[in-house]
Amino acid sequence: MEKIINITVKVWRQKGPKAKGGFESHKLNGISGDTSFLEMLDILNEQIVSEGKEPIAFDNDCREGICGMCSLYVNGHPHGPDNLITTCQLHMRHFKDGETITVEPWRSAAFPVIRDLMVDRQAFDKIIQAGGYTSVNTGGVPDANAIPISKIDADEAMDSASCIGCGACVATCKNGSAMLFVSAKVSQLALLPQGKIEAKARAKAMVAKMDELGFGNCTNTRACEMECPKGVSISNIARLNRQFLTAKFSD
Amino acid sequence: MTKLEAKIPQGPLAEKWTNYKDHQKLVNPANKRRLDIIVVGTGLAGASAAASLGELGFNVLNFCIQDSPRRAHSIAAQGGINAAKNYQNDGDSVYRLFYDTIKGGDYRAREANVYRLAEVSNSIIDQCVAQGVPFAREYGGLLDNRSFGGAQVSRTFYAKGQTGQQLLLGAYSALSRQVHKGSVKLYTRYEMLDLVIIDGRARGIIARNLVTGKVERFSAHAVVIGSGGYGNTFFLSTNAMNSNGSAAMQCYRKGALFANPAFAQIHPTCIPVHGEFQSKLTLMSESLRNDGRIWVPKKIEDAQAIREGKLKPTQIAEEDRDYYLERRYPAFGNLVPRDVASRAAKERCDAGFGVNNTGLAVYLDFSSAIARLGLKTVEARYGNLFQMYEKITAQNPYETPMMIFPAIHYTMGGLWVDYELQTTIQGCFAIGEANFSDHGANRLGASALMQGLADGYFVLPYTIQNYLADQISVPRFSVDLPEFAEAEKAVENRIATLMSIKGKRSVDSLHKELGHIMWDYVGMARTKESLETALTKLKALKKEFWSNVFIPGEPNNLNVELEKALRVADFIEIGELMALDGLNRNESCGGHFREEYQTPEGEALRDDEHYAYASCWQYEGDNKTPELVKEPLVYEFTVRAQRNYKS
Repeated sequence: MEKIINITVKVWRQKGPKAKGGFESHKLNGISGDTSFLEMLDILNEQIVSEGKEPIAFDNDCREGICGMCSLYVNGHPHGPDNLITTCQLHMRHFKDGETITVEPWRSAAFPVIRDLMVDRQAFDKIIQAGGYTSVNTGGVPDANAIPISKIDADEAMDSASCIGCGACVATCKNGSAMLFVSAKVSQLALLPQGKIEAKARAKAMVAKMDELGFGNCTNTRACEMECPKGVSISNIARLNRQFLTAKFSD
Repeated sequence: MTKLEAKIPQGPLAEKWTNYKDHQKLVNPANKRRLDIIVVGTGLAGASAAASLGELGFNVLNFCIQDSPRRAHSIAAQGGINAAKNYQNDGDSVYRLFYDTIKGGDYRAREANVYRLAEVSNSIIDQCVAQGVPFAREYGGLLDNRSFGGAQVSRTFYAKGQTGQQLLLGAYSALSRQVHKGSVKLYTRYEMLDLVIIDGRARGIIARNLVTGKVERFSAHAVVIGSGGYGNTFFLSTNAMNSNGSAAMQCYRKGALFANPAFAQIHPTCIPVHGEFQSKLTLMSESLRNDGRIWVPKKIEDAQAIREGKLKPTQIAEEDRDYYLERRYPAFGNLVPRDVASRAAKERCDAGFGVNNTGLAVYLDFSSAIARLGLKTVEARYGNLFQMYEKITAQNPYETPMMIFPAIHYTMGGLWVDYELQTTIQGCFAIGEANFSDHGANRLGASALMQGLADGYFVLPYTIQNYLADQISVPRFSVDLPEFAEAEKAVENRIATLMSIKGKRSVDSLHKELGHIMWDYVGMARTKESLETALTKLKALKKEFWSNVFIPGEPNNLNVELEKALRVADFIEIGELMALDGLNRNESCGGHFREEYQTPEGEALRDDEHYAYASCWQYEGDNKTPELVKEPLVYEFTVRAQRNYKS
């Protein structure tokens, strides 16, 4: 009893960063419920190409929810109406027959549109480059078991480290804040003895870079946590704030 | 005829790498600054190499096709990374890891390379922990391990079901630190389109800016290819949508040999195909075979009823289930290597015992693990994988067995490299999945991450210096040299030709057709006839592609269809190489199974007398049959045997 639906896709088209964009509607029939959302866009693109037109540009790569490349605002939600998934893990069984589905790119000052649904997220790389690492070179490090780490800390660090850098947190935030992204990396490293040594300097450097790149402030609306495909918790933001304030006070 | 010199160092197996390092040439710090290295790719191999070379003081240019280096497909590796730490005191050692890898690869890899891989494996774990990679730990605070196929010890380190992600983010962090320092310059959303050769040495690349469509020139003293494997030749695979084999093919067409193209790995535990519109296949980690048990119904009428939807797997009584891996391979059971598990699944499905409405699936069942360990423990171990499965299939694996089927996952073949990871083109190196070196005819689980990071962190940063030491007085190259202009012109012409075809077929439709040919005739079981059929069909497909492909839009702008077309053109040629190599190799080994060559029990039958070599293919020109060059695989330290996972 496979579900088959007919839909209308209302999709954002924009030729380039400076061009004026607008919505375009396409009818699409006979979509099976087992089709993933991006496969639905593939089918739509085949239809568009067969008419001799340029297909809709959208970022995607692994299609299994881990690369963080896909970045669609579907019916008003980053990554669509289901929880704890990326757009590529969304399936058409979540939509109704006859439904109009609205698809937009991430909209945020720090993520300018490149074309259609594709945005530029290099700002995230720049924040990591500012301090999202431990300063160790290859080789000459101690044995992996030389420093025991409590399972609780290791597990918590893993939860923070599960961020995929997709930018849904920024896209959904009314302030366009990158605090969830920044705090996840700061927390992961601050929780581990290897990262603790540079914890304060890291927090300061990453926050400064975030401010410089035009991301907004955090006002604790928790929208980021709600929409994060990996369930990264805002308790990370609290930890970042502690790190940041201690760093500022010790200056 | 090309003679291949593998440059394997002298001495006993365990001393070769030390000997090499003791006697190789180095580059002093002042000279390193004057040397440019291009690294193509930012996966585990590319990112770790770029970071390590930057740390050493070289000037590195690092390219990736994604919008960020963190998105390279290494990110999707789930299960873990092997190392010979022997933290579990279960009898592991460098030698044992070496032996398992050589045996797992069905004795078609180089002994010296594999031993070095096992030797540096321990340093990788140390390095990752120092970077802040949150590996799983025991309550005492020490690192935890799990088991993977083809081994009888627990030597796999893991970070939930996201080990590849965590290792890549570690390498990405190290890379980002070098970008911050200015020793590495990143070029994201750039795709390499050709290798530039000056006086017989690799001196740069031509790359297309994927946002502007502009074709640009980049020069360097050496070029490192870390662009991954060519599994997407099959269209449907576990690879990411943009993973491709084009960088390797560009090197091949410029004179680098392509080794063992037929060796592709088919992973036994993937979510089955559900329809014609499907774009990719999703892997379910091999780690699931630690606790999951694979079975099909024992009675053919039960299988029939399940396919028709009249019976559920949970209604099949214990005694009516055929746990065929446990039955056939008592010593390794569900943890036999991937090639063995995949073929066994195919055998059962071909015999009519397959499930799912297609008959092309087997069960991976956790009910006995849940009964033995409790739901909580199973959830802690595999929760994220179960969630992933449920999101895709809308079935709950805690209540009903998962359905799985083999799919293309990894390619062991790739650019031929010597012990120094240098291709047959001087100054052109290949690392990670892009080279052919360490996995022979079959890769063991959790060894891809190990090899990628071994090459990038601990092997290439040494061996590339042995080459660059001669280059210290060579000044930087201008991209205005005629060799660059010529290469750029060739790229522009290729693009213009593709754009001008203006045919009737979309790129995807041609790629899908290629995938069907590959899966049907160059897939899990091959015959002389099937491979010959494939070659005929591929020739026709190539003609169809170059006369009937349609690419909308402009070349000098963002154009995803053009990107795909350039890759598919190369995939068709890779397909031909795979079929040709498979046809030449009249034996079965690892992932290459020729139906004519099997034991009475249906196991792979090697022919060491005639095929104990790496088959390397030399480009002879468009539409000409490439020349076969053999690198004999001399085994000095291990005895080749029929792989035995039964006792």
